[in-house]
Order: sequence, then C-alpha cells, then structure tokens
Amino acid sequence: MSALDPRIAEALARLPEYLGAHVVLSLSALALGLAFSLPLALLAVRAPRLRWALLTTASVIQTIPSLALLALFYPLLLALSLLAKAATGAQFSALGFLPSLLALTLYSMLPILRNTVTGLMGVEAAAKEAALGVGMTPLQSLLQVELPLALPVIMAGVRTASALVIGTATLSTPVGQTSLGNYIFTGLQTQNWIFVLFGCVAAALLALAADGLLAGFEHLIARRSRPRAIAAGVGLLLILVAGGLSPFLGSPAQYVIGAKGFPEQYVLAALIDQRLGATGLKSVTRSNLGSAVIFNALVAGDVDAYVDYSGTIWTNFMHRSDTPSRDIVLREMSAWLKQTYGVTMLGPLGFENAYVLAMRRDRAAALGIHSIDELAAASPRLAVGGDYEIFARPEWQALRKAYGLAFRQERQMQPIFMYKAVADGEVDAITAFSSDGRIAELDLLTLGDPKQAIPPYDAVLLISPQRSADAAFAAALKPLIGRISILRMREANLLVSREEGQAPPEEAARRLWQAVGGGQ
Amino acid sequence: MPAQFQAIEIKDAWKSYDGGASFALRGITLNVASGEFLALIGTSGSGKTTLLKSINRLVEPTRGGIFLGNEDVTLGDPVQLRRRIGYVFQGIGLFPHLTVAENIGVTLRLLGWTKAAIATRVAELLDLTRLPRELGPRMPATLSGGQSQRVGVARALAAKPRIMLMDEPFGAVDPITRDGLAKDYRALHDELGLTTVMVTHDVVEAVLLADRIAVLEGGELLECGPTKDLLANPKRQSVRELMDMPRRQAERVRALTAGSGPK
Repeated sequence: MSALDPRIAEALARLPEYLGAHVVLSLSALALGLAFSLPLALLAVRAPRLRWALLTTASVIQTIPSLALLALFYPLLLALSLLAKAATGAQFSALGFLPSLLALTLYSMLPILRNTVTGLMGVEAAAKEAALGVGMTPLQSLLQVELPLALPVIMAGVRTASALVIGTATLSTPVGQTSLGNYIFTGLQTQNWIFVLFGCVAAALLALAADGLLAGFEHLIARRSRPRAIAAGVGLLLILVAGGLSPFLGSPAQYVIGAKGFPEQYVLAALIDQRLGATGLKSVTRSNLGSAVIFNALVAGDVDAYVDYSGTIWTNFMHRSDTPSRDIVLREMSAWLKQTYGVTMLGPLGFENAYVLAMRRDRAAALGIHSIDELAAASPRLAVGGDYEIFARPEWQALRKAYGLAFRQERQMQPIFMYKAVADGEVDAITAFSSDGRIAELDLLTLGDPKQAIPPYDAVLLISPQRSADAAFAAALKPLIGRISILRMREANLLVSREEGQAPPEEAARRLWQAVGGGQ
Repeated sequence: MPAQFQAIEIKDAWKSYDGGASFALRGITLNVASGEFLALIGTSGSGKTTLLKSINRLVEPTRGGIFLGNEDVTLGDPVQLRRRIGYVFQGIGLFPHLTVAENIGVTLRLLGWTKAAIATRVAELLDLTRLPRELGPRMPATLSGGQSQRVGVARALAAKPRIMLMDEPFGAVDPITRDGLAKDYRALHDELGLTTVMVTHDVVEAVLLADRIAVLEGGELLECGPTKDLLANPKRQSVRELMDMPRRQAERVRALTAGSGPK
C-alpha cells in the first residue's frame, strides 16, 4: 500500500486525544442524565402535575439550539465560579468540560424522562395489581416488575439520548472542550475536508458502537444475567474513570494557550506553544473558542495567553466608537486591560488583521469602485458577504453609518466560503481579513477607507492576570513581539488553509518562525 | 358443614374513594367461617370487589374493622398480610418476564425460601393444579387461557395460605374450561381446608360452588345466607329475582331439549 495521505495520518495521530475526550464527555453526560432523569421519572409517574411540568421543561430545553445552550453555560458557570471563589477562595474552571457536560446532560434528559415515564405508565395494571397481591412492597414491585417490564421502552430512550449526546458533543469545541468536533471546526476553517469527514465518520461510528453496547447491555439485563450486567456496568465505569484521569496522567501541562476558530489563530497558538516548549515550559492549546468566550476565559484564568486584535477589544469590550491612530489605540487599550481586568498586553506582534472590504478586480472596475465611499453609492444594488460575527459587531454599524452603506443583502457564511463566494460572483463584496492569504491568491481588490471608519486591528499578545507576574512565561514569549510582518503571516495563513499542498498549523508555525529569523 | 370458628370478620366497613362524597361500602358486617366457601354477588358497582380487596388491604377501608381470627388486619403490615393470603383475579397478572415456575414461586422467594425448597414446592403446585411439570420453564405468553388461570391459582396457593380471595377468577376463559377450573378449584378448597371468598357476577357459578352467598347492592349487604336458603326463601324481591335466574335459565334449557321450543 502506498503511504497514507498526510492529512489522514495527522487525523489518526490526534484520534486518541479527541476520541478519548469525546467518549468521556458523552458517557459522563449520559450517566448524569440517567442519574437525574430516572428518579425524576419515578416521581413524575406518580404526580400528573409534576409530570406535565417536567416533560414540558425538558421539551423546551430540547428546542434550544445546541450550540447556544453550550455557549450559555459558559457565562453562567463563570459567574458561579467567581461566586465560589468569593465564598470559599477556591475556583473551578468554567471552560471546557463543565459547561459541555451540563448542556449535554440537559439534552439527554428529555428522551430518558419521556421514555421512562411512558414505559412505566404502560406497564399493565394487572401486573402491578399482581405484584402487590403476591406480597411485594412498592419498591419490590418497582424493581422486580415495573422497571423490568418498562425496560425496552426505557432503553430505547437511553439509546436515543446516547446518539443525541454523541452527535451534539461535537459542538462542545467552541466552549473549549476537546472532542471529535475539533476535526470538524478546524477542518471547516482550513478547507481540510478530510478532517471534516474524519470527525463526522468518527462521531457516527462512536454513536453506532454506543448503540450496540447499550443494546447488549439491555439484552443482559432482560435475560437477568445479573453478574454479566454488573460486569458490563463496572467496565463502563472503568472507561469513564480511565478517560477522566487520562488528562492528568503523563506530563502535566502548565499553561493553556487559547485560539479562536480561524487558521491564523491556529498558527499563532502553535507558535506560542513552540516558543514555550523551546524554553522548557509545557502548554496545551484550546482551539476554536468564540471571541467572547476566549476573552472571558483569559480574565478568569482558564486561558493563560492568546492573540487578540486591538480593534476587537476597542469596539467590543471598551465600547469605543472613535478610531484614533494605531499607537493611541494600543496605549489606551493596554492601560484599560490592566486597570479593568489585570490583563497584561505583552505587545503587538507586528502585523494587522483588519476587517477590509474586498471585491473582485473586474467587478470593481466595471462599477468604477476604488474605495468604500464609491462602494456606498452602488451598495443598494449589491450583496455583501461576511463571517458570522461581523454584521452584529459595532465596527460594522460604525462603518455603515460613516459611509451610508445599505446593501441589498447581507449574507453570513464561513470565511472559506466567503472568499469563494466573492470569487464566483455570488456576492459583490466581502468583509475580508487583511492578513488572509486568499486575498492575494484570488487577486482581490481591497477598498480604501478614506474616512478611517475601521479601527486598527493590531495582533496583540494578551496574558491572563494570574500569569502577569510570571517572568519565565513572559521571557519565553517576548521574542514574538514586533517580529511578525503581514507578508509572513499571510504566507503562513495560506499554507494551512489552501486546498492543495496544505500543511498543519505546527509546521506552518515552524516555517513562519524560520522566515522571521527566529531560527530552528 | 364447616366448623364455626370465624376465619374472617368484617365489622361495619365503610369505604369512600372521594373523601366522603360517595361510598362504595356502606357499613358492611359479614363473617366467614373457617373452611367456608363464600360467594359475593351483585351488579357492577355493588361494592363486591372493594369488599374483597379490603380483606388483604389492596383497598384500605375508610372506617370499620377487618379481623382474621383475633387479629385486626388494619393495624399490621399489609405486605406481610398479603403474603399469607392467596389472591387470584380476573386479570391473572402473571409476570410476563418471569417463567411459569418463577411466577408460581414468587411469594416464596419474597419470604426467603431456598431455591431447592421453592423448586420442590413449585412441582407440588403444578401437580396440585393439574398442570404438566414441563410448563415450569415456559414463559406465560405461551400458555392457553385456562393454563394461565391455573398458574394464577398455583401462585396464590404457593405459601400455603389458609385464606383465598378470588375476584372473578375464571372470568376470562371459555365456559367449558371455566366449568372445569371451577370444579377443580372447589375440590382443592375442600382438600386443603381453605377458606375462600369469591367475587362473581355469575349467579350460576356462585350457586354451584359456594356454601354461602352474600348479595351486595350499592355498597350495602342485602342478604347473606346458605346457598340453599337463599335459593328457596329469599327475603327481598330483588334477591329473589337474582336467585331465580339460574332456575329460569335451566327451565328454558330443559324446554328446548324436550323438543317443544320456546314460545
């Protein structure tokens, strides 16, 4: 056989970590869901009003989009964590496992609750009467007659919940939980379709395997082969414990590096990780975090360092609408971060990743457009494409107001599709990222901003309050400051996101470091 | 005739399911002698099933006393009580996830008998209820209606109860099977010296099986007496009409077989 495609080899290399985390998360959520749902269902069977309230609540939860539910748990847990710190001095991590676990547990509850209630209520009245008649206590009747007879219906619910949880767990990646979703989110961002497919297939196979295991488990209980059922239960518990402990085995990582969900962030996180490693510091990376999640995680100390952009902090967190020069923005932002949150800005990396409006050259020429004010006049006839965040961000509102932009249509899409869409003429303009290699690759025209309505977006390295006094950490990262030019960054970004000859972020980071004169 | 020792005494039993708005039992006082076979008859809603279930506390009387011998059953543990009383009902309620043998032995298991002792007793009960021993490992779903009823009786008899409560026990089977089951049960009743209270709406069945018949209506005891007395000399018109039914049916059948046909 010929050698494996390098992307498959890379996907396989990450499988133990992603799959392990996914299994532990799903199993824990399912176990917790069962632990809550079964007693609740038993109560609900006896109390019609409680039954109505429980099933309605569970149904409503089910209708909340899973990604939103996962995201909502992060601020909730963060607040709880801060409360816990105030009350006991101890703080727990609100990032990753806990919010995912709670959201997935809630998701698993409806099918388990509904099927348990349906199953128990469907047990023949004659069997229940006979159970009491032969002298069973109500508990004996429940355990020896009602639950065994309701078992097939209950297990059907557990199996539905299992499939639901395993599928939804792929969405826990943006709140910082490693899962098979890492393949999908990263793959979507870097046009690595093998990763996307790998993630989907792995999740589907896992769901099938779990379904088979549960079916086997049901069979054992139904056959009342108690020793084997207990053995299977103990086995599941061991997997859970082993999986739960695995992150703590091996060499413990000292630092957590955060990355948002696009290629440049993967490269920079890998670069930070390599710089730390070069000085003997160990770190792990949490990728694909949302913009708000990652900043709050830094403030709470769940993430120790990440790269953000000055304009993002300026408009979204400082709520400023003026657009002074790069230096003033950097200076004021740095002081504000320190004062408000105790966050240290180690410094700018040397390049900007700004929002720019980009068009195909021939389309711009046909419309006679060179800058945003010229675009504004034509905008009622044009469609613009943007990422998921931009149209809701204050920068966009400011830009629209400054130039009187009024597009016929605003379309949100994944950045990779956005560049394709403008190249194919599906939209007339896009809100591109100035450091994205595809601007050059597709030969797009970036429009000038004569009114300077778009703030500067210097890439800046931020350090959490708890690491602010960590001299070794700062010393390891200092060499990155002011080092990276926009050209080098574009090259690296293109390297990880182009369709042909793609390289993983780690390799792009190494090449980038060499290219900027950092050596091996 | 049975000995005059009272096995079951019901004293002024009242039962309301709706907090006193209406009553399913309205002050029923009734004794059942040891070894006696008593039938409770009456229309639907007459309170006969409620009365029967009050004896093993599947229904808790609102007021009144139920005594077995000298023991007030309303004071003790209802679960222990039910393990000493056999109970057979129309729904049978064989546990579909247990084998026939496990169904028959269920009360014995609850009482903590050893496996070997249970197996021996189950074999005895299969013989006693005239079921082939091969049925032991089968599942209830594979049995005929008549076989199921016999398993239900065997299960009720497992812990050697002195008292059997039966609620339309043979209601769900065809008339021929039903007749055989009823005769076999009456023989068991005599052989084992049981005290049986049986609810039925079939007057013929009551007349053919019971030593004594109690007639209920609207939660009240209309009349109670030896079967022959009730047939020959009922005090109330409604009881007379009820008790006359078997005879009227028999006369019609006889007329038919004589070849003259109904007029």
